[in-house]
Amino acid sequence: MKTKQEIIPLDFEKPLIALSKQISELEEKTLKNGDSKIVGDLKNQYEKVKGQIYKNLSPIERIKIARHPQRPYPLDYIQAISQTWYELHGDRTGKDDGAIVGGLIEIDGQTVMVIGTQKGRDIKENQKRNFGMPSPEGYRKALRFFYHAEKFNFPIVTFIDTPGAYPGLEAEAHNQSHAIAMNLRELAGLTVPVIAVVTGEGGSGGALALSVANRVLMLENSVYSVISAEGCAAILWRTKDKASEAASALKITAQDLYELGVIDEIIPEVEGGAHYDHKQACENVLNSIKNHLRELKELSPEELKTDRQEKFRRMGAFSSI
Amino acid sequence: MGLKDFFKNRQLKKAAKLAANGNGHDLKVEPPVCDDQLCILWTKCQGCNELLYTSELKKNYSVCKHCEYHHRLTAQERIDLLADYGSFLEIDENILPGDPLNFKDLKPYTVRLKDAQKTSNSKEAIITGIGTINNQPLAIGAMEFQYIGGSMGSVVGEKIVRLTERAIEKRMPLVLVSSSGGARMHEGILSLMQMAKTASTLKKLHEEKLLYISLLTEPTFGGVTASFAMLGDILIAEPQARIGFAGRRVIEETIKQKLPKDFQTAEYLLENGQIDLVIPRQNLKNIISELIRLHFKSTKLKDEVMPFSQIPLFARI
Ligand SMILES: [Zn+2]
Repeated sequence: MKTKQEIIPLDFEKPLIALSKQISELEEKTLKNGDSKIVGDLKNQYEKVKGQIYKNLSPIERIKIARHPQRPYPLDYIQAISQTWYELHGDRTGKDDGAIVGGLIEIDGQTVMVIGTQKGRDIKENQKRNFGMPSPEGYRKALRFFYHAEKFNFPIVTFIDTPGAYPGLEAEAHNQSHAIAMNLRELAGLTVPVIAVVTGEGGSGGALALSVANRVLMLENSVYSVISAEGCAAILWRTKDKASEAASALKITAQDLYELGVIDEIIPEVEGGAHYDHKQACENVLNSIKNHLRELKELSPEELKTDRQEKFRRMGAFSSI
Repeated sequence: MGLKDFFKNRQLKKAAKLAANGNGHDLKVEPPVCDDQLCILWTKCQGCNELLYTSELKKNYSVCKHCEYHHRLTAQERIDLLADYGSFLEIDENILPGDPLNFKDLKPYTVRLKDAQKTSNSKEAIITGIGTINNQPLAIGAMEFQYIGGSMGSVVGEKIVRLTERAIEKRMPLVLVSSSGGARMHEGILSLMQMAKTASTLKKLHEEKLLYISLLTEPTFGGVTASFAMLGDILIAEPQARIGFAGRRVIEETIKQKLPKDFQTAEYLLENGQIDLVIPRQNLKNIISELIRLHFKSTKLKDEVMPFSQIPLFARI
């Protein structure tokens, strides 16, 4: 039994951890005694439990995977999918928000503008990245990258993994709302291909501000929601303890959003989540991006724009009498 | 017993008396219900707690004469305030909400919708239509805060988009009056998408170089501020209106600090360069109409022989 010691288990994975510990202990003994039947039984049981846990992940469990501290973050994807990577900085008006990263990469020989929200791996990095919660300056930095891509006719790929836009005093003073709104509008008007990939948490308007795209893709265990499950529970159920119920009611998983017609493709992850195999996750993401870029290449600049505008024009559910 | 109940009881007693005397044949089956406007003679000002005559308050655009607090208007009152008398023609009034997620919190969304329709006397959280403002055509939408906090779901998004498309088609200025807590959680991600949907259509309006005036009123927050409400060519707010992205409580919890008293008020936004103007309610109509006049001077339609205000109502849409 090969266990990856470095992976931090989630609470619902505890039964698996217990089992695998039992197995490795027994294996050590059987090496001396030679009886391996009981080990074989345990291994079968392990596979069964594993199947049960990972095939029936509840929305709240997927949130936990999406927030896993070892999950690949946008910069991991960016650096894995392209040998070229020139990071650009700053909003040109006084700030370089660490929660937004962006720059130029190459995919199939084509220069691509890539933009992502970025969480930190430790306390020090999170001071710079603000836990992946962008400020208005961060969104304006992204906007500058959109304009740059438009000017030089580069496709845009965005990676989204953010709890949301930062709720803070300075953020409001510097007009968080306007920064997000401008990105929504300006993305809608671009004439280059735009592909958005939700890799972890798609936190409401803070995520949408990078996601008005021709194609919106989601990793299998990522989530995308109008409000965090905890926030929704606190308001509608009046207690944060009901986050699990809220997570189910809100329909935030990739599968749900695919069925609602909000996203275009679900990118598969390995069993247990992308954090178990970064390399595989990056490969799957790159393949999917390549396919969509190839398809979008067939559209003219004007068609790319109308494709995006009509896509969002269709969103909604209502009846008309 | 409140004033309202007192009147209601009196009416019921009167009806019973009439019925007993055999004069009740022309009474409706339902008991007569007291008219809210008549019953609530007094209103307590939300700004200074002063008791005000309701009728006088209404005459003064629901602005307190003591402290100038701007009380919230219903969507219909807002339209009446801005559009010329009799000129407003509602469009898309029959777009009704669905329940795409079968959403249920403490009560089902469908029940919440019915309750909201009853309490707000409105089919959804926005009224849209076209009319004139000081004889100039405009496409106008006003949000109804009493309908689930003026929250934006699929219907609000669709109605704003259709109104915007109408404005483009007829080359009219657009005025949207927002009053909202933000995106409607009960429609989940589809509510979030309405931000993209409205902004995306406003991009077209923007490219058509048509004027869009956004009027932000107490309160405008979350997904509404972070989409169509902030995208006006000119942003106007009413005095003391609270406008922002995140709510005060969420911010205080996040940064573990008390926020200044004037935080997120219209005046605070003006000081921080976020809006163009703060205008008291009684001047709103004239200023908006002047701004429209200034922008439409150069783009008058040449083939429109008849002034818009003289085109019969039915022909305008
Ligand atoms: Zn007062």
